[in-house]
Amino acid sequence: MTRANGGRPSDQAPKNSAFPSAAAPYAWLLAFFMAPLLVSLAISLTHAVDGVPPYSNPLDWRALNLDNYRSILGDNLYVLALWNSVRIAATTSLLCLALGYPMAYAMALEPPHRRHLLLMAIILPFFTSSLIRTFAMINLLKETGLINQALASLGLIDPAHPPSILYTDAAVQIGMVYNYLPFMILPLYANLVKIDWSLAEAARDLGAPPRQAFLRIVLPLSWPGILSGLLLVFIPACGEYVVPTLLGGQNYVMLGTQLANEFFQNRDWPTASAVAILLLAILVAPLLLLQALARRLEAAS
Amino acid sequence: MIRVEGLTKNFDDGVAVAGVDLAIARNEFFAILGGSGSGKTTLLRLIAGFERPDRGRILIDGVDMTDAPPHRRPVNMMFQSYALFPHMSVTRNVEFGLRQEGVRGADLRRRTEEALDLVAMRDYAERKPHQLSGGQKQRVALARAIVKRPKVLLLDEPLSALDRKLREQTQLHLTEVQKKTGVTFVVVTHDQDEAMTLASKVAVMNQGRIEQVDTPRALYAQPINRFVAGFIGATNLMPAEASGEGFLGEGVAGFLVAPAALAGAGPFWVSIRPENIAISARNAHLPRSNAENGRVESLSYYGDHTVYFVRAEGGALLRAALFNAAHAAPAFHVGDDVTLAWPPEAVTVLRS
Ligand SMILES: Nc1ncnc2c1ncn2[C@@H]1O[C@H](COP(=O)(O)OP(=O)(O)OP(=O)(O)O)[C@@H](O)[C@H]1O
Ligand SMILES: [Mg+2]
Repeated sequence: MTRANGGRPSDQAPKNSAFPSAAAPYAWLLAFFMAPLLVSLAISLTHAVDGVPPYSNPLDWRALNLDNYRSILGDNLYVLALWNSVRIAATTSLLCLALGYPMAYAMALEPPHRRHLLLMAIILPFFTSSLIRTFAMINLLKETGLINQALASLGLIDPAHPPSILYTDAAVQIGMVYNYLPFMILPLYANLVKIDWSLAEAARDLGAPPRQAFLRIVLPLSWPGILSGLLLVFIPACGEYVVPTLLGGQNYVMLGTQLANEFFQNRDWPTASAVAILLLAILVAPLLLLQALARRLEAAS
Repeated sequence: MIRVEGLTKNFDDGVAVAGVDLAIARNEFFAILGGSGSGKTTLLRLIAGFERPDRGRILIDGVDMTDAPPHRRPVNMMFQSYALFPHMSVTRNVEFGLRQEGVRGADLRRRTEEALDLVAMRDYAERKPHQLSGGQKQRVALARAIVKRPKVLLLDEPLSALDRKLREQTQLHLTEVQKKTGVTFVVVTHDQDEAMTLASKVAVMNQGRIEQVDTPRALYAQPINRFVAGFIGATNLMPAEASGEGFLGEGVAGFLVAPAALAGAGPFWVSIRPENIAISARNAHLPRSNAENGRVESLSYYGDHTVYFVRAEGGALLRAALFNAAHAAPAFHVGDDVTLAWPPEAVTVLRS
């Protein structure tokens, strides 16, 4: 009615753009993702040698084989590392969602000037390197650390036999959630501030109690934010190296720590490459899954 | 149906609704008319339960609803932005309120279809809101708000997003729907034509206060103060003093005589509607009252009528409207000497 001529030009990207903009992301992907990936893939098929570089010639295709993958998947240590990585990354994603959603929700409901302040409060700690912040956590979590001191002074624990958090699964979990929380909050917040809150009011007006209005209106509209938050946390969490190394202790294995081990301690580049490729394969699975889910939600809504 | 008593709402930066008293009868088509920022939306949101009043009470059908949450109030609101749920089809949108009540199955389907028929949107039932035009969205929003048969339907500027032609059609449609359903409609608007054509009662709102509540005719013919007289339609408004034969208006030489005398001392204001002023060629024998000589200073041609701006000899600029004869050019031109005259009934004297 108001647009009698039908056309909605803003909906379509300009066809004859003067900028070769569409090519740029592909070139980037090719140069900095596909090329290193192919190199890693090639090296993962070679075998280790003493020398520089420390692997056999990947161009000698007759010598290439899947031995590295076989030995990794046959090694209990790697199976444990794989299990730990996926498990910790999954629980980290879910815990971040449980903590981050209420925070992002509360931020989105604040008036604009306070929102920016809160956003800074979330981002500012990350101006310090994650390494330093994780080191600092050791001081909180160790047996004589601040947390146990506080608990002891409250008489809640026996100072002679303090429970140890550091170098346990729980310590790694705490460190991971702490490190990755902003990666959950930011996409959720970006999604929630865009939601038209009069929709929630309309739901209330039509007889929905607050809980129903949230479940039926706000939650469905925040799915895109939830999905990107989960991906942004899960993917880097799978390959995490710093947190398990510092808070998990010597014997805590995750794929990231094993990869570093093979690379630096054993100088076994082919095995390290195979680990990296395996990690990537693990990450592609949830990515495809979530994408399918997103498409289903889109179609359903 | 609705009683509002002493309702007050302050925001950080001032008062939005200042002690409003209102009584809205059952089955009425009630309009709240006011300029931008006069507190119309806030008043509606108070009735719907989205805002808590600082003072005052809201009674709906005799029940005190001042502290009831929105989902417990027997009122539904049609939002200015329509607020259709973007992730639901038209049908799902309309069903939403019924599902919250626990209506299911054949009953749900029948009532939803009835509501869609009422707004002639049955053919679009499976569309998503983003696949609808502005007018269609408006109709879906109306269906969604009315499907629960609320005691009161609140409409916040329901037509402001529509173009003029569609707005006129939709006004007719709204009155029709109101008659068919018998639901009490309370519509908020800043458009006086809209308020006058739609409503059986209009409340004029200004700076958080209700200035006057009356039928459209009474508001136009008997405004109770300057604000209402000036806000509804065009008028000639001037300060005036009581004197022996009538009133003496500022910038007008002759006496102004009204049908009924007002007791007491001033200050007074006098309002005369332009269409009540007759304009003719200069009259040699000017009556002592309710007439004025002047010269046409400018004119605006509207097709069916012409508005003449006449500089009176006393100095006032008076506005007179004259219907045009079929296909005729305006009867007077800029610079013509004319005489203006009006009957006593056209003179409205205001105290404030
Ligand atoms: N949430 C709010 N916070 C602070 N001030 C508000 C809020 N809502 C409204 N106001 C103020 O209250 C006054 C009345 O606003 P309201 O929206 O009720 O006006 P309105 O009559 O609906 O105006 P319009 O015709 O422009 O929609 C305005 O001065 C406005 O700035
Ligand atoms: Mg408003």
